[in-house]
Amino acid sequence: MNTQTTAESEQHPIEKWLRSERMPHMWCAGCGVGPTLYAWIRAPDRVGIPREKVVYVSGIGCCGRGSGYLNVDGFHTTHGRAIPFAIGLKLARPELCVSVISGDGDLFSIGGNHFIHACRRNVDLLVICTNNFIYGMTGGQLAPTTLLGDRATTAPYGNVEPSFSTPHLADAAGAVYVARWTSIHLRRLEKSIAEALQMKGFRYIEVLSPCPVNYGRRNKLPEPDDIAEWFRQSSVIRNGANTSEISIEKGKPLILGDFVKRTGKPTFYEVMKELEGRVKPR
Amino acid sequence: MREAVQTGRHFWYGNIAIAEGAIAAGCRFFAGYPITPASEIAEHVSRRFPEIGGMFVQFEDELASIAAILGASWAGAKSMTATSGPGFSLMQENIGLGIMMEVPTVIVNVQRGGPSTGLPTLTAQGDVMQTKWGSHGPYEIIALSPDSPQEAFNVTIRCFNLAEKYRVPVVLLTSETVGHSAGKVVVPPEDAIEIVERKKPKVPVGEYAPYKPDEDLIPPMACAGEGYAFTTTGLTHNEKGYPDTTAETQEKLIRRLNDKIRSHLGDIVDVTEENMEDADIAVVSYGQVSRPAKKAVEMARENGIKAGSIKLTTIWPFAEHIIHKWAKQVEYFIVPELNYGQIYLEVKREAAGEAKTLLIPRMGGELITPTEIYNEIERMSKR
Repeated sequence: MNTQTTAESEQHPIEKWLRSERMPHMWCAGCGVGPTLYAWIRAPDRVGIPREKVVYVSGIGCCGRGSGYLNVDGFHTTHGRAIPFAIGLKLARPELCVSVISGDGDLFSIGGNHFIHACRRNVDLLVICTNNFIYGMTGGQLAPTTLLGDRATTAPYGNVEPSFSTPHLADAAGAVYVARWTSIHLRRLEKSIAEALQMKGFRYIEVLSPCPVNYGRRNKLPEPDDIAEWFRQSSVIRNGANTSEISIEKGKPLILGDFVKRTGKPTFYEVMKELEGRVKPR
Repeated sequence: MREAVQTGRHFWYGNIAIAEGAIAAGCRFFAGYPITPASEIAEHVSRRFPEIGGMFVQFEDELASIAAILGASWAGAKSMTATSGPGFSLMQENIGLGIMMEVPTVIVNVQRGGPSTGLPTLTAQGDVMQTKWGSHGPYEIIALSPDSPQEAFNVTIRCFNLAEKYRVPVVLLTSETVGHSAGKVVVPPEDAIEIVERKKPKVPVGEYAPYKPDEDLIPPMACAGEGYAFTTTGLTHNEKGYPDTTAETQEKLIRRLNDKIRSHLGDIVDVTEENMEDADIAVVSYGQVSRPAKKAVEMARENGIKAGSIKLTTIWPFAEHIIHKWAKQVEYFIVPELNYGQIYLEVKREAAGEAKTLLIPRMGGELITPTEIYNEIERMSKR
């Protein structure tokens, strides 16, 4: 697809991962989706996974559009169903390196049930959630991650619902790797993704991600870098933190880090193949 | 290791015949969720797949099940799910995605009485129109309907072949009656079963466009991990698979998605015409109702009434050219079906101006008897 004729040595290291002919992309200034994808596409090279094996499955929303900009096998699916779609891909062709990268509304509202069951089964997937606390693409409606008191176009008097702490949910449901970063912690995020790519089983990384236009503007963080500045000032890295104690509250520290690393838990595919070995007469 | 194809003579329930037909067709990925009266298909597959290297997953719901079979198909597997009305309703979302992304896969709907939870354990044919347009947007789909366990086996294989050939989700629209009636099923030797595989790209990696069709309007299909680095989306897209949400692209894409089915009616449509040569009255039927319909026509012939039978094995696309042809000859079409008139309306549309169409409706629950159909044939013959 890439029609660039520049010698590879002169190319930017991520050039081969991009569908350059589709640029400029559709995301707003200050959005955290781009940096998150940047970290994700740098990680396979770090750990020696060939681009041909890398698959990106997304759902619906701003982040969902990412699969169309990257030069890998990309699947832009339906709202909430990226995880089961990815499970089908991975189980039918287990040599693929399958990542689901999608938004908080997609993964935890309409797709929440699929998320917890994929954790429970320990399907071999990396799931990255760009959590921007809001429905960005549809115009700033309430999400299950919107913080208490925040304003949204469907919560004009302020949100009255408690929000999900998604790393806690992933941990409780059995994910083998759980981390949280922000889209301004690029080097740490990239390292975390690389580490997760080398593990097997259901791995989850939450990336707190600014949405200046549809979240910041309504919540006293109107400038493109206001949310990034909130992240910068409030972040505290606490690897191994108890995920029940890291929920996000304005005015309190944002706890980042890799919280969970479980080893020795067989993946769904391994369990099924083991079962097959028992059933098949040799 | 047991053979995948169980060549020989069997006494199988329709639902078992469907599971074995899928295996014989090369299906090795099944995702589903329990539901009456379809569960025996998943149960049988869960027992058989570990013997033959297939992947069976019982998902958390039907929304996930159909998403997973689309994903598995993109990884190169022949995939299937099986459900009944309530689950089929949930699956409409990703049936649309399968249509838009052009994914070969098979969805079995063992119909029960509806709407809603309806009659879980009793038969119906109420989902005919839902099968055609249950997901949003203008599209064409393929749906086949068997009348017996033997035909269920045969038709299941054909569903996979049509899905692969036309890059489209195919619905096997059966019912509780067929699923839960047992009968003789003859499975031919493996090499006597025709298997169709999807077209693969013949161009170099850099030149591949996932939605550039050949002359038959069907694009060759690369799979994930083959190095093509293609992208696909449920959004309106151009030949490269890139989102392109303009009126022009929508017009071109949706016309092709419909026309790739409509322009191959002769290949897809499968009907059985009996006693039609001199018929004045034609009974048009499908699924389990074809059996009492056939009997009723025999009764009519015994009584000197020129009746014939048109059995539709292909429900969608509709056999419009067949009905149109016979409409010039017959005076009446009689359509017995287990709903309040669905295929009846299609027949009536094609017969308009040429022949009259009569519906024998039943809301489901139990079959229509041969005598009930015969009585209508006799009544019409006296007009």
